[in-house]
Amino acid sequence: MSDQPAYRFAVNVTPKPGILDPQGRAVEKSLPHLGISGVSAVRVGRRVELTVQAADATAARAVVDRLASELLSNPLMELFDVEVLA
Amino acid sequence: MTARVGIVLFPGSNRDIDAANALVVAGAEPVRLWHESVDLEGVSGILIPGGFAYGDYLRAGVIARFSPVMRAVAEFAGRGGPVLGICNGFQVLAEARLVPGALLRNRGLRFVSRQVAILPDRLDSPFTREVAERRPLRMPVAHGEGCYYADEATLDALEADGSVLWRYANPDGSVAGPDDPGNPNGSLRGIAGVCNAAGNVAGLMPHPETAVEAVLGSDDGLGIIRSLVVSAAEYAATGRVAGTRQPAGGAA
Repeated sequence: MSDQPAYRFAVNVTPKPGILDPQGRAVEKSLPHLGISGVSAVRVGRRVELTVQAADATAARAVVDRLASELLSNPLMELFDVEVLA
Repeated sequence: MTARVGIVLFPGSNRDIDAANALVVAGAEPVRLWHESVDLEGVSGILIPGGFAYGDYLRAGVIARFSPVMRAVAEFAGRGGPVLGICNGFQVLAEARLVPGALLRNRGLRFVSRQVAILPDRLDSPFTREVAERRPLRMPVAHGEGCYYADEATLDALEADGSVLWRYANPDGSVAGPDDPGNPNGSLRGIAGVCNAAGNVAGLMPHPETAVEAVLGSDDGLGIIRSLVVSAAEYAATGRVAGTRQPAGGAA
């Protein structure tokens, strides 16, 4: 395991479109206090960065996809995307 | 024979003592079940209490879902055993997909700790059978993520199946919609608690276990706890619970 190459990923989890995001709304409501206008559709999510050791990039990606769909996001209310980090 | 009902203990569970007291008041013997064990110690019913399992990191209930004890709870549920999750226990069951839907951040963003009233949808379920009448029941809520969510088609199906067990009620006794004063968290269609398709696993956000004696301010929750105890005793004696269905291929 330890001699396998390491791959670094980020998983971005956001509330599904159509699901009320009270955090996003609270952020949006605070914007006028900063004198900012023209910003809308604020959605607050979470970002998880992680390192995976695996035989190759495809195998590492498969691990991340499984982790993202089973643990890091709840498919009933959230979407995720995976970024490959350098 | 006294029913033995398990109380699942996660790191961060904090309503387990109230749950044990409620089970004793309802005539059962509480049995603590540790999260790292898969041994259910022969219990015939399970209560997953409130708290902040594993700190509620990531999402409320999600890390608890992968604990060894939850594998045993899922097997027990698959055999038709009665399981009730309260508050954080409901969140754990929802994350484990043992009950339908999800619990989102409260619409008002605040942790809400106050008395509410809930109306049972039906009195013939394993978790409401000992509730005397269909009237609003007073008990507390204490949660930050209790806004019940499922898509519209799922909500319709749950209502058609009789899987909605409790709804928040307004002071006038009507069902409290997401923006009504009786609804503490914005739950869709006022849903405070649901069960799975088979009917033997249920979760609710309010705390019936802290409303089981008049000295606690209300004993309206006792009927729900007693229902679990009666269902557990029945399951011990007969291997099934009245009012449940065999799972028709797959979870709800």
